[in-house]
Amino acid sequence: MLELDDVSRSVGGETHISDVSLTLARGSLNVLLGPTLAGKTSLMRLMAGLDQPTAGRIRMDGADVTGVPVRRRNVAMVYQQFINYPAMTVYENIASPMHLKGIGKAEIDAAVRRAATLLKLEPYLDRTPLNLSGGQQQRTAIARALVKNADLVLLDEPLANLDYKLREELREELPRIFAQTGAIFVYATTEPHEALLLGGTTITLSQGRVTQVGPTADVYRRPADLLTARTFSDPPLNVLSLEKRGGVFASTSGFRVAVPQRFAALQDGPWQIGIRPHALRPWSGRPEATRLKGRVVLSEVTGSQSFLHVDWDETRLVALLRGVHRVEAGDPIELEFEPDDMLVFSPDGRAAQACASTPLAA
Amino acid sequence: MARIRLDHIRHAYTPELAKAGTYALREVDHAFEDGGAYALLGPSGCGKTTLLNIISGLLTPSEGHVRFDEKDVTRLTPEARNIAQVFQFPVVYDTMTVAENLAFPLRNRRLPAGEIRSRVSNMLARLGLEVKANRKARGLTADEKQKISLGRGLVRSEVNAILFDEPLTVIDPHMKWQLRSQLKDLHRQSRMTMVYVTHDQTEALTFADKVVVMYEGEVVQIGTPEELFDRPRHTFVGYFIGSPGMNVLPCRVENGAALVGQARVPLPAAIDGAGRAGRLELGIRPEFVTLVPRGTGLPVSVERVEDVGHERVVRARLFGEKLVSVLPEGTPVPAEADAAFDPAALNLYADSWLVERRPA
Amino acid sequence: MNKTFDNRAWFLVLPVLLLVAFSAVIPLMTVVNYSVQDTFGNNEFFWAGTDWFVDTLTSDRFHAALLRNLAFSAVILAIEVPLGILVALAMPKKGVWVSVCLVLMALPLLIPWNVVGTIWQVFGRTDIGLLGRTLASLGLDYNYVQDPVDAWVTLIVMDVWHWTSLVVLLCYAGLVSIPDAYYQAAKIDGASRWAVFRFIQLPKMGRVLLIAVLLRFMDSFMIYTEPFVVTGGGPGNTTTFLSIDLVKMAVGQFDLGPAAAMSLIYFLIILLMSWVFYTVMTNAGTDRANREGAQ
Repeated sequence: MLELDDVSRSVGGETHISDVSLTLARGSLNVLLGPTLAGKTSLMRLMAGLDQPTAGRIRMDGADVTGVPVRRRNVAMVYQQFINYPAMTVYENIASPMHLKGIGKAEIDAAVRRAATLLKLEPYLDRTPLNLSGGQQQRTAIARALVKNADLVLLDEPLANLDYKLREELREELPRIFAQTGAIFVYATTEPHEALLLGGTTITLSQGRVTQVGPTADVYRRPADLLTARTFSDPPLNVLSLEKRGGVFASTSGFRVAVPQRFAALQDGPWQIGIRPHALRPWSGRPEATRLKGRVVLSEVTGSQSFLHVDWDETRLVALLRGVHRVEAGDPIELEFEPDDMLVFSPDGRAAQACASTPLAA
Repeated sequence: MARIRLDHIRHAYTPELAKAGTYALREVDHAFEDGGAYALLGPSGCGKTTLLNIISGLLTPSEGHVRFDEKDVTRLTPEARNIAQVFQFPVVYDTMTVAENLAFPLRNRRLPAGEIRSRVSNMLARLGLEVKANRKARGLTADEKQKISLGRGLVRSEVNAILFDEPLTVIDPHMKWQLRSQLKDLHRQSRMTMVYVTHDQTEALTFADKVVVMYEGEVVQIGTPEELFDRPRHTFVGYFIGSPGMNVLPCRVENGAALVGQARVPLPAAIDGAGRAGRLELGIRPEFVTLVPRGTGLPVSVERVEDVGHERVVRARLFGEKLVSVLPEGTPVPAEADAAFDPAALNLYADSWLVERRPA
Repeated sequence: MNKTFDNRAWFLVLPVLLLVAFSAVIPLMTVVNYSVQDTFGNNEFFWAGTDWFVDTLTSDRFHAALLRNLAFSAVILAIEVPLGILVALAMPKKGVWVSVCLVLMALPLLIPWNVVGTIWQVFGRTDIGLLGRTLASLGLDYNYVQDPVDAWVTLIVMDVWHWTSLVVLLCYAGLVSIPDAYYQAAKIDGASRWAVFRFIQLPKMGRVLLIAVLLRFMDSFMIYTEPFVVTGGGPGNTTTFLSIDLVKMAVGQFDLGPAAAMSLIYFLIILLMSWVFYTVMTNAGTDRANREGAQ
């Protein structure tokens, strides 16, 4: 178990990490999600012991390891760049951390072959990394991290430099591979989709602060604040500024949407309403849905889905629709959403407290 | 502005490689129409960047000709071809200000100072960089730098084409959305021919009117996003486009039905599978695979269900073959279920190439 | 800064500390000791205070030597830096010729100072030297022993021959690290060769150029061996640089006090000048960027 207790780090008056408290269980997969410069790498370096916190304690299985250098912690790290020993074969690369520990030959061989099987590297064991594709190189680096039998495995955007399709394949394999080892995995990424595919626990970061921690799907569905909701939305979250007046949220231009039951207790006044792009659909005429009338700025079609960029009431919205919807720029469009799909935030960005008696839509 | 014609282009990086028959580009014969937005899509090493550099003139092809309208430009320098290119990593002149960066290509071409000033201020406005006009380019963020690279191409309103080499690689997901729609906007306003190289299908499909899918030095399909999605001409296109890619199931064809293991999938009459020699495969997009109650469809065993927010990805097996289904958010996935395929979405492949449907 | 978290690490530093103490700190303190005292031998010392420093700083001999040093360094930098950049630009960026060029460039750097001096001393002699004879036969009156201009030219040419390679290698390292995309973008922007140099190559070489200038300044300002071997400081005093004068004073005349004071002043001048170079050149690069970053 890795515990971070009010950990902060500032360098030359600049705060990189502030007041981070986390508990990461053994065998868990933890995703650090946040944009570039949110502090993902800084936090990982602190966890690894590559940097020392300026305040706070770090404990591993109860023992204080604050200030213990990385060399004396059992940590493995995989970077965005594919880092392997260029002169060694894949086999020797994977075996290298065990050689350093002085483990017997037979045991090393067994471990290398196990890792190679797991990562589908058996055909390439005799090649050197430079003769491999990017995906194979990164798999070699991951295999090396796995055989080390580290207590803590840190992966810093490991798939960022790979082709889209390779990423997709590795993403599918990684949770299975992680589940087979007992280590604590920490995986940094900028992509919400990647976090969702990996599952586990998600820790959202923004400007050096942890904004939310929880099971990935929970953080996605019930963001604690607007910042988290925005970080965890791709395409970007649509945000409407509305005012609650009794049973409705209303805009100054006359748009109205019924306040869902679970938010009935909220006080009147301004609120920020988040609507995920995929929650918007073409207007079906059903009475229980809420209609938005806007003007299309741009439509992008991927074959199975369409992204419509729509101007509504001086707000730019993005709708992610299933199927092909080609709409000329400038044409009017009618979209709808379910009031229950709304995420409600206060003007300062805190999530509104939903009434506990109503179960949340899963 | 010009129509770009690639006339039987082949390229090997050295004469020795050409002799050995190792071509980075095996044969490309294609035209980019004037004013179109094209994407070259493919995995790394498929030759897409090589092709882009041949268009821009940074590379001279081993064989074939490049024509802009009717003019043969095969041996002309990039400068003489009058094209603009945006690279993967933003290229800015560090010591110049943002405005100076944008003015640079115009100054090199000795435009009158007044003209330069008006074009630069116009471009600053279009890129939303007015407030940073007099900042040094050095301290800017990656997306701002990439905008400058783009702007240096766009200020030259008379360019024949703008070429993009994976321009959004170093940009954060949220910024990607903004930059991409800005790019489309600029294309709509300027109607310049744009060619965009990427390995990211979302970028390619959303940017381009026509996507050129490349694989191992060859063009495997050129089409609109819908065509590539609905009727991939090659199983590679099916796999590469779509996320997750198309299910490709080895099969036999008997009595107007495809047999996957012991599962019988009736083929639409338009697909003539009878008497086909070679390796047959059945292609079906995960979006068109639904789950139905046990006993009413194809028997599958569900292995894993991934919740990816707006949809659920179900990974299952059908007689040992991997089968993926994508369902809308919130759809219940019973432990025991059968799969059903939408007949309109079925594609049959013989030796990896699509068996074309008979016209109705 | 980071907290130290393993104090045993100090033991590893100990040998270096001892070495530095014996090789630098103790000799330096000895010099400081001499510089404030007067001695007539027999280990008798008298307190002289700042007398030697005042004497040195006001002596014409010191001023003249200092001026010669400054002039020499200025000329060396003015020739070697642009020449080094030019050669680096002309070198191939890939192919078999790269290693050939690199070896050729590294060769002069491998030759010890006094050997370089000796080579040129012989090379330039009018009786048996190839250069001297050739120039004489061309009707040029070249004689580094008698003509001050010829002596200077010889020393400068020698230093350029010996050390331009260092500038070349450093600049070359800077040049090859520039990604290809920059050159391609410049081509597409229609940039002239000069513009490519001015806006891409020069800014990207900034850091290594700083190192090159610093190294060449310090080295040329401390020049000793070559003039000692070739001209011995002459003709007259025209090539008597601070270092040569210092040795004359300390070893030749055994004026330990003034020599010590002079060497300290010499040391401080080099330190000061290097600091000035460093600050000016790093500021030129980063200052503006920082200021803008803070906006």
